[in-house]
Amino acid sequence: MILLPCLIPLLPLAAFAVNLFFGKRLRARAAWVSVATSSISCLIAFYCIATVVRTGTMKAQWVWIMLENTPLRFGYLIDPLACVLLFVVTVVGTLIQVYSAGYMHDDPRFTRFFAYVSLFMSAMLTLVIASNYVLFFMAWEVMGLCSYFLIGFWFEKPSAADAGRKAFLVTRVGDVGFLAGLMTLFAVTRNLDFESLGASAQAGGPLLAVAALLIFCGTIGKSAQFPLHVWLPDAMEGPTPVSALIHAATMVAAGVYLVARSFPLFEIFPDVLTVVAITGTLTAFMAAFIALTATDIKKVLAYSTISQLGFMVAALGLKGYGAGTFHLMTHAFFKALLFLGAGSVIHGTGTQDLREMGGLFGKMRHTALTFLAGSLAIAGVPPLSGFWSKDEILAAAYQSGHGIIYYVLLLTAFMTAFYMFRLVFMAFFGKPRSPGIHAHESPAVMTVPLWILAAGAVLIGLPGSPLMGNWLGRFLAGPHTHGEHALNLVVMFSSILAGLGGILLAWLFYVRAPQLPGIVARRASLLYRMSLNKLWFDEIYHVLIVRPFCFLADLLYGFDQKAIDGIVNETGLATVRTSRLKAWIDTYLVDGTVNLVGALVQLSSALVRRIQTGFVQHYLLMILAGILVLIFLEFRP
Amino acid sequence: MIIPLEHLLVFGAFLFAAGIYGALTRRNILGILLSIELILNAVNVNLVAFSRSTSLSPETGQIFALFVMALAAAAAVVGLAIVLALFRIRKTVWTDEINLLKW
Repeated sequence: MILLPCLIPLLPLAAFAVNLFFGKRLRARAAWVSVATSSISCLIAFYCIATVVRTGTMKAQWVWIMLENTPLRFGYLIDPLACVLLFVVTVVGTLIQVYSAGYMHDDPRFTRFFAYVSLFMSAMLTLVIASNYVLFFMAWEVMGLCSYFLIGFWFEKPSAADAGRKAFLVTRVGDVGFLAGLMTLFAVTRNLDFESLGASAQAGGPLLAVAALLIFCGTIGKSAQFPLHVWLPDAMEGPTPVSALIHAATMVAAGVYLVARSFPLFEIFPDVLTVVAITGTLTAFMAAFIALTATDIKKVLAYSTISQLGFMVAALGLKGYGAGTFHLMTHAFFKALLFLGAGSVIHGTGTQDLREMGGLFGKMRHTALTFLAGSLAIAGVPPLSGFWSKDEILAAAYQSGHGIIYYVLLLTAFMTAFYMFRLVFMAFFGKPRSPGIHAHESPAVMTVPLWILAAGAVLIGLPGSPLMGNWLGRFLAGPHTHGEHALNLVVMFSSILAGLGGILLAWLFYVRAPQLPGIVARRASLLYRMSLNKLWFDEIYHVLIVRPFCFLADLLYGFDQKAIDGIVNETGLATVRTSRLKAWIDTYLVDGTVNLVGALVQLSSALVRRIQTGFVQHYLLMILAGILVLIFLEFRP
Repeated sequence: MIIPLEHLLVFGAFLFAAGIYGALTRRNILGILLSIELILNAVNVNLVAFSRSTSLSPETGQIFALFVMALAAAAAVVGLAIVLALFRIRKTVWTDEINLLKW
């Protein structure tokens, strides 16, 4: 029974092994191996969640390594926070895998896709239930690897291969910080377990603040926060279900989960929390600003993801522990839904460019309706899920006393509603813009997960809403009692106003008066170009980091080629030369001596064997001669 | 009349030399065998001669000579058997044509 939660990550791992080794024989059945294991994990996770709700945290630990009397353990810890993530990851993950079976149907590397996805599920679930930082970090890195594999899944396209590499390298920057943070933490407290983190961190000095900041670097990388957000939009080169699973719902949320897990540590240092809050707010605003002008349907959603992750991070930075986690959960549902809807649109139309779409509502009714539900949820229209979670974050910001953060987040919420409905109106309403596109609805294997996720996007906010008495908040709060927020009507009304205002403005711009966007773009030309060029982040990084590194690499390559290889080659040539000399000595001097001895023996024996005539009488004569000699010697005078 | 010892010894020496000469020069194996018999008989002559003139019991030398004869007969049997066997496979009795032992 104690080992039951271990099965949650182990089952997808088994599916990974099966798909990896028997994929060729399984073919289309590979999808069902992954889906089946994931579903069973989901059921076990539900059982564990029920147990936690009834009886409290489940945990077990085993000693792994002894480091000078300090044990390094591994094990699982399923507390309310882990429960939320377990629920999200298993449910959303399973649905997305069902959807992938339809979406990836014609791909030649179908089985490999499901092997990777299963490996990812295994790593993500390990991360969720990990009881300490070491196991957490290992799972974190495996996820990064899977992310790299899946972004570059269509590696024949150079852009996909580049995007995979970019994602891997950029997140690595954050991971180095994370690892350094773990080392600092361990050096100070001698403890990496989550459960006793708060107690052991109490005694720490300023070095722990450094550790907290370094750990936050991991979040910046993985959750695509400013300034390491540049990899996530490019990650959209991967298959759309991957974008939904890894780059929207689960993996990028792991960074937020990391901060939530380390919350007892962050809590001690208000300054660090301020850094977290500012980073989150800045990211949320910046990404929403860029999303305003993006024309690729997946890029809009990618920037939206960055923005929403910024919301979560900001919430955690404002001590809204429950609010951030709540938003993580609702976001996973509606963003997975939006990505899968976008995938369905791409599947049906064959294009990702919003400017070529239009009027899809009539042709793709299931996709359009579910997409609309997701958009309403993210825009924050009550009583859909996004409203409740975003409202809690805004309330946390309002109460924190950081007025600027509150207003920036409110503005971001307004922009979120605007860009989402810009997307909806451009894609699904109006007239078809491109005559070459003949849209068709996707098969049931893709639309059924959409409907289930849509139901989730609509309803999943209720457990955390005042309608159910903030049940989720109280469930999560446990030791963190400040997760409680009274119903704040000012915040609620301004939030509703921001959401509806954004939708209305989008309707005005893209349905009512389609000439308006052009006019605005001309009037605010600088702002427009800033948004369109993504604030030139890629270009700045290219000049500041990529170019010097390439130059350095070229330099080192030259050095390697000339100096190191030169020395090695000279050594080799010298060896060849000396061995030639040795070969000559061996052939002529050593072999000569040996052959000379042999020749001498042959020569002397050629002389001696003349005596052996073969005539018996000759031998007899010699005997006689010998006897005569003996006699002569005997009778010598 | 008593033949003096010297005469007998000269006779034996002559027989011995003739035997040695025959054994060394004959090409025919049978000739060599005969020559060997001559050598043995030269020895017999010496034995008998010395036994008659110098020994206290003359019978000793005579009996010894009889033994030598018996041995010579046995040796001749073995030798002839070898010669016969050799003749069967080589079809020759000339020693210079029997050179299997040559290098």
